[in-house]
Amino acid sequence: MTAIYHPTVARLTFRALLGRKRALIMAVLPTLLLAIAIAVRVPTGADDRAAVSVLGGFALAAVVPLVCVIAGTGSIAPEIDDGSVVYLLSKPVSRQTIITTKFIVAVAVTALFTVVPVYVAGLILNGNSQYIAFAYTAATAAAVVAYSAIFLLLGVVSRNAVVIGLIYALIWEALFGRLMPGVGNLSVQQWSLTLAEQIAASGANVTSTVSLTAGVVLLVLATVGSIWYAGRRLASFTFAGEH
Amino acid sequence: MAVVRIENVSRWFGNVVAVNDVSIDITPGITGLLGPNGAGKSTLIHMMSGFLPPSDGAVTLDGEVIWRNADAYRRIGLVPETESTYEFLDGREFVRANAELQGLPDPGAATERALETVEMTAAADRPVGTYSKGMRQRVKMASALVHDPAVLLLDEPFNGMDPRQRLHLMELLRRMGEEGRTVLFSSHILEEVEQLASHIEVIVAGRHAASGDFRRIRRLMTNRPHRYLIRSSDDRALAAALIADPCTQGLELDPTEQALKVEAVDFHRFAERLPALARERGIRLLTVSPSDESLESVFSYLVSA
Repeated sequence: MTAIYHPTVARLTFRALLGRKRALIMAVLPTLLLAIAIAVRVPTGADDRAAVSVLGGFALAAVVPLVCVIAGTGSIAPEIDDGSVVYLLSKPVSRQTIITTKFIVAVAVTALFTVVPVYVAGLILNGNSQYIAFAYTAATAAAVVAYSAIFLLLGVVSRNAVVIGLIYALIWEALFGRLMPGVGNLSVQQWSLTLAEQIAASGANVTSTVSLTAGVVLLVLATVGSIWYAGRRLASFTFAGEH
Repeated sequence: MAVVRIENVSRWFGNVVAVNDVSIDITPGITGLLGPNGAGKSTLIHMMSGFLPPSDGAVTLDGEVIWRNADAYRRIGLVPETESTYEFLDGREFVRANAELQGLPDPGAATERALETVEMTAAADRPVGTYSKGMRQRVKMASALVHDPAVLLLDEPFNGMDPRQRLHLMELLRRMGEEGRTVLFSSHILEEVEQLASHIEVIVAGRHAASGDFRRIRRLMTNRPHRYLIRSSDDRALAAALIADPCTQGLELDPTEQALKVEAVDFHRFAERLPALARERGIRLLTVSPSDESLESVFSYLVSA
């Protein structure tokens, strides 16, 4: 049976992801989130509507997908771009194991830079009143898993993974998601919001455009499908030669 | 005895044929894969190292297909052309990571052995990103040797190395060949292959142009017609003298270039006779320059030989 985790692959991926430059970039957005939370809380006091607005409109809509783009694609795309992935692939290690290990590392790193700050920001904003902090933390955790798998797949299949990831996160989800009602059906943000909607008190006004069942099924399908397909693509990885 | 067999292999990318019906057996010892840039050497090495499936034919290691066969990497050590490694690791960490990925029982000991083999123990604690080209190549060799593979594939290993580094790597590869490993390296530089490999496979424009002992191929190369452009104080008189000598087979007086174009069939005799004939007739040689010495033309000749 194929192992799902290889400690050496994980170590190399962790070190690549937490290199100074990438870690700094990933730290900027959660730091900004905490700064906004403090800036909102200090003058107005605890406010549930402000908490939903900041956690839903900024944390889940921007911070989480952007950090996931950096970590998800960054866990494999740079190695493929510069060719150093050859050292991983020329070993008797299953390509599916390489993918699942990199997925686990990407989830761990993005969780560190998103799940924890979102919960802390929620506590700052309204002290978890109406379970809003819990709700968005759970939604963030679910989104991190799906985003990491999708962006990891993008890193395997495309040389423009970061650009495509940014277009998906900023234009498809953030822009079209607000303007076109059907987009929610294909939005990790909306799928994960179904969890927040269930956890938050009904008065908190946390809503998603998809049902809980649809959200959970789509999250699982997107995650499993992306990991499976990324493994398949990596198993057939080729160097194009001189042409 | 590990044998990499390339059997009637073709590889095309869209409409471009990169490798055209090539059959080669790579056996223990050192084999040089020689050919000009873009000839298909890297494509062949990518197929031998399981990073490219042949469009037609088969590439096997001791009878087992290499493509999508991760277990083959237990017997293959690959030194890729790419410069990039894991720059944030030091040399020792890099080689050890390779040992661990190979699943070796004692990766630490294997790492030290491999570093000693390439004489990189002293610099092993420095980040790979700070290494010179030669050091980088040696640490890449260590990573390929760490699991003691029967087959060693090296893609243009001497590119960018200075003469001292080149000699060092040649010594190392010679040792690997003497130990009975199947060592294959690619190069587009004849002299590199001449110094290292007794057996050569020549690839030109995706086709298998020549195979065998280096001396035989060298003879083919030196015996081919050489073309020269000559300017002298009396081109016509020199032309008459040269065509009377068996070292040439064709001459042309080119009025636009105001030069004599000579096709010599016996290179050594031509090199001796030309100055002698000129001296005997009181002709001053102003220019003698080879007009087809590019590697491509040498290789092209081999294809038609």
